[in-house]
Amino acid sequence: MKVPLSWLREYVDLPAVTAHEIADKLTAAGLKLEAVTSYGHDVKNVVVGEVLSIEELEGFKKPIRHCQVEVGEAAPRQIVCGATNFVAGDRVPVVLPGGVLPGGFEVGARKTYGRMSEGMICSERELGLGDDHSGIMVLPEGTPIGADVVELLGLREDVIELEITPDIGYALSIRGVAREVATAFEVPFRDPADVSPPAESQPSHPASIADPTACDRFVLRSISGFDPHAPSPFWLRARLTRAGMRPVSLAVDVTNYVMLELGQPLHAFDATKLTGEIVVRRAQPGETLETLDHVVRSLNPEDVLITDGSGAISMAGTMGGLHTEISDDSTEIVIEAAHFSASGIARMSRRHNLVSEASKRFERGVDRELPLYASWRAVRLLTELGGGTVQPGVTHVDVPAEPVRISIPSDHPGKVAGTHYDRETVVRRLEQVGCTVESGAVAPADEMAVLLAVTGDDMLTVTPPSWRPDLTDPNDLAEEVIRLEGYENLPSTLPAAPAGAGLTEGQRLRRRVGRALAGAGYVEVLAYPFVGERDFDNLQLPADDARRRAVRLANPLSEDEPLMRTTLLPGLLKILVRNVGRGFGDVALFETGLVYRPAPDAPAQAPVLGVDRRPTAEELASIEAALPDQPRRVAVVLAGEFERSGWWGKGRPATWADAVEAARTVAREAGVELTVRADRHEPWHPGRCAALYAGDTLVGHAGELHPRVIEAYGLPPRTCAMELELTRLEAVLPGPAQTPPVSAYPVATQDVALIVGADVPVAEVEAALREGAGELLESLRLFDVYTGAQVGEGNKSLAYTLRFRAPDRTLTVEETTAAREAAVALAAERTGAQLRGA
Amino acid sequence: MSNYDPVEVTPLHADEVARMQADALDAIKAARDLDELKQVRLAHAGDRSPIALANREIGALPPAARAEAGKRVGGARKAIADALAERQVQLEAERDERVLVEETVDVTLPWDRVPRGARHPLTTLQERIADAFVAMGYEVAEGPELEGEWFNFDALNISPDHPARSDHDTFFVESVDSGKVLRTQTSPVQIRALLGRELPVYVISPGKVFRTDELDATHTPVFHQVEGLAIDEGLTMAHLKGTLDRFAEVMFGEGITTRFRPNYFPFTEPSAEMDLKCFVCRGASVVPGNPPCRTCKSEGWIEWGGCGMVNPRVLIACGVDPARYSGFAFGMGIERTLMFRHNAEDMRDMVEGDVRFTLPFGMEV
Repeated sequence: MKVPLSWLREYVDLPAVTAHEIADKLTAAGLKLEAVTSYGHDVKNVVVGEVLSIEELEGFKKPIRHCQVEVGEAAPRQIVCGATNFVAGDRVPVVLPGGVLPGGFEVGARKTYGRMSEGMICSERELGLGDDHSGIMVLPEGTPIGADVVELLGLREDVIELEITPDIGYALSIRGVAREVATAFEVPFRDPADVSPPAESQPSHPASIADPTACDRFVLRSISGFDPHAPSPFWLRARLTRAGMRPVSLAVDVTNYVMLELGQPLHAFDATKLTGEIVVRRAQPGETLETLDHVVRSLNPEDVLITDGSGAISMAGTMGGLHTEISDDSTEIVIEAAHFSASGIARMSRRHNLVSEASKRFERGVDRELPLYASWRAVRLLTELGGGTVQPGVTHVDVPAEPVRISIPSDHPGKVAGTHYDRETVVRRLEQVGCTVESGAVAPADEMAVLLAVTGDDMLTVTPPSWRPDLTDPNDLAEEVIRLEGYENLPSTLPAAPAGAGLTEGQRLRRRVGRALAGAGYVEVLAYPFVGERDFDNLQLPADDARRRAVRLANPLSEDEPLMRTTLLPGLLKILVRNVGRGFGDVALFETGLVYRPAPDAPAQAPVLGVDRRPTAEELASIEAALPDQPRRVAVVLAGEFERSGWWGKGRPATWADAVEAARTVAREAGVELTVRADRHEPWHPGRCAALYAGDTLVGHAGELHPRVIEAYGLPPRTCAMELELTRLEAVLPGPAQTPPVSAYPVATQDVALIVGADVPVAEVEAALREGAGELLESLRLFDVYTGAQVGEGNKSLAYTLRFRAPDRTLTVEETTAAREAAVALAAERTGAQLRGA
Repeated sequence: MSNYDPVEVTPLHADEVARMQADALDAIKAARDLDELKQVRLAHAGDRSPIALANREIGALPPAARAEAGKRVGGARKAIADALAERQVQLEAERDERVLVEETVDVTLPWDRVPRGARHPLTTLQERIADAFVAMGYEVAEGPELEGEWFNFDALNISPDHPARSDHDTFFVESVDSGKVLRTQTSPVQIRALLGRELPVYVISPGKVFRTDELDATHTPVFHQVEGLAIDEGLTMAHLKGTLDRFAEVMFGEGITTRFRPNYFPFTEPSAEMDLKCFVCRGASVVPGNPPCRTCKSEGWIEWGGCGMVNPRVLIACGVDPARYSGFAFGMGIERTLMFRHNAEDMRDMVEGDVRFTLPFGMEV
């Protein structure tokens, strides 16, 4: 809302304060300053002149005039001018040499087109008054020569732009803002709606309301003999321009002016184009209307329409129809001022993607009592400026509405605020808002009001004013008192919360995982969770892969990525490619985040429940059942060198083993020992893919990516990845670690080399050795893997160090040898392992 | 006395002992390194050294002469031993110095063999905020990102006609009437906390939220918020203000200036906005004539987040009696907070995942 201060001052006796001081007070009252724009403060030496004579200069590409202009000095000024829309005798604005125009544009005396020009005759645009540059501005006859144009035209103006929250539609008017300013500065407010229309007994035009849920007040007034060519006066155009609206024609400008001033949207019909009774109703199926913007709109049965004998003539409170629009030859005018349903207009505006100054106001709530006054103000202004006569009579269709009354204890605002306001303050503030305040309580109007009711001593019954339909609840009244008393004056106190339990184990785990991965060299990213079918293709997922079953958005940002991720990898891989593209070829990234996995048998719709009570457990479960499973995952991707090359020698490229180790890093933070098994699982390389188990639970995969995946995403060769479901790890958290026995007896170390088939997984050999060695085994370490002629084709040799220790004695050689032999024996039995050299 | 052998014992003559001592000391002095000193020790102090042999002869002397000879030889041996020890220390020091010099390396050589990674500042900022509130007794509550419309809108007193509920603002799942959305705010966690926890409730809930904005310097369709909710008996706006003042101090330091002004949100009544004094112009750009400020658009203040007293209608939808309980809620943008706290200017840097943006933040912000 743009508020020219001169307009505001018409209704409030403001003290001498700056625009910023006014804006600060309004911001504190809840009307937030967006910007202050100052006009005309730099303009000087612009005076009214009379054109005495005009000499047309010949020989130039365009018409050029040399004028003698009387400006009230000793002698006339001679001024060269390129405009031709004035004649000798016209009064015009003249900027004299040394004068300044808006924007700091200085004007001097200079020679141009072969003549001296002592200043310039100005257009409206040159004076900063809008877009009109079609010719110079011709002032009314009799404008005093030599008068200061800045003063005369009110060129100096400060405009405050305010952000109006959607609950306070009344502030989308000079009337509403003026009331707030008057309260803030504690000065009198003159209501611009106080225009005393005459009592009328007959309607001006037949009309009725067919649907009282769409409209509860409908007012029409008529004008006859209006001069359609009468121009809008300068002051009217200037006001509209400063307030951000474009002047159009007198009739339109006046309806806009009254709307800006009072907040009541108005519509002007050409009376000669109306047929029969005007009816406010909802649209019929298949009905259409061509609106002012020349768009033929298919109407929805819920749309609110103004209709006459010919059908729809206007989308109520949103946009008028083309056919009944006033035109530049309309002399008979019907002015409509109505009170439409806020939600009706909001929905219609949204359905048709059509937002107008009128619809903005109606959906935020317009004063129900305004139509009679605003329509009177409009017809008076129209006939004053455009001639014609106001026809006697007024159409006034009214659906009676019960005013809202709210009872609160007088200490309620203070209790909400956490301070004390005495009764007198509470009553005064509510009255400043426009409320009527009486002592005593009234019964709540409906069931919700019963639930919201606040009781106590010293009850007040408050009737909010007609322009505040947003005031319905006890806390709405509390807010009014608190904001006018000043949020800045509220005390600041810390509440004493009960002792909390701190973070959950799952929350702690997530932090540890993040730190551990970052410590291991991975950089965290937060990718968008949007993916497309193409990602699933790129990942080489089979047609029946569960990860292809994804949640689809109804309105995705990009048609290429309409799905919610079922795996973290696409986002990570794209970010990896971006980093490589920016010159960082050695990249290790990680992300933790949710994936979205629709349950195959989930209901398509989540019910939207009522809000007048706590839903039942079944109702809540019915929402949960429709939501997809949203487990948390962690994933890493890595490419290039994991250990860098440098002066110390060659680095080490990132490999499948780093990816598996990343999984172990994560699992270690959970206190879970991962079991690794070879697997074939897209998008991994079928020979370099590890399935990761926590006990019997599959928790994820790691390894090198499939070459086709690498090609599809344009990844560096041998890019590796790991993805693991943290939610599954959280489910098997082992709890607090148990203190291990720490034996002080000496360790006994034995090495063993085993030959196994090349395809035997090391993890199986190791598991057999551990189990076979029994309790005396303290640790086991694979220190060499060898393949070659010495161990035979198709075999590999695994060399282990086994460390034995007992808690209560020094082990004998016989004991450790026996344990080692038992270990080897079990490995032989399970994996066919043979002692090397045996 | 009868077995006395009156043989002259030459090595024990005073001048002979003195000569041995002098020879030894000369040799010790001449030893150039520890190896030579070892040889000198053998030759002049070992078992077969002249002085050792002389020492053995003492027994052959008549008892009356033994004491004096013993004293003489003992003195010489001690002098030799002392000299050896001294020289040993000297030579060891020389050796150490030489060897350590030889082993000198250039400690300025770079070493980034396994560079450390980093956590995303949006993650660690959420953790820091959570920690601040956990210290005040709050718990961290969580909820799904793909949420039921009832949780995201209706239960929060956002009417079906509210503009935010259009597909211009909200991502709808499957269809606009599926009742499922990507949550547009962390506020639905309020509802889940009120439905799922015992009163009183003090929770903080950081997380990811979604709105249909295109990515630019100041907007991103996927961003983060932190929601706070406190429901207890007797909570007031003063408590809300106190909590946010403390929060602002924890985030931005003691010197931060805040502004509390009325605003409107359906789920709170009364509602407020918490503004921060512009950290770039410090409010100076408001004064006419001063240079404009891009950060606060010359308003002098920057919106940090919305808040208010939880609307009693929200409590009713969760089965909480508003006559007994009241409370406050607030929601701050994590991205905005990061921008203010760390002078991050462009939202795109936060989503693109460029390692250069994230690495400087390390493990914590």
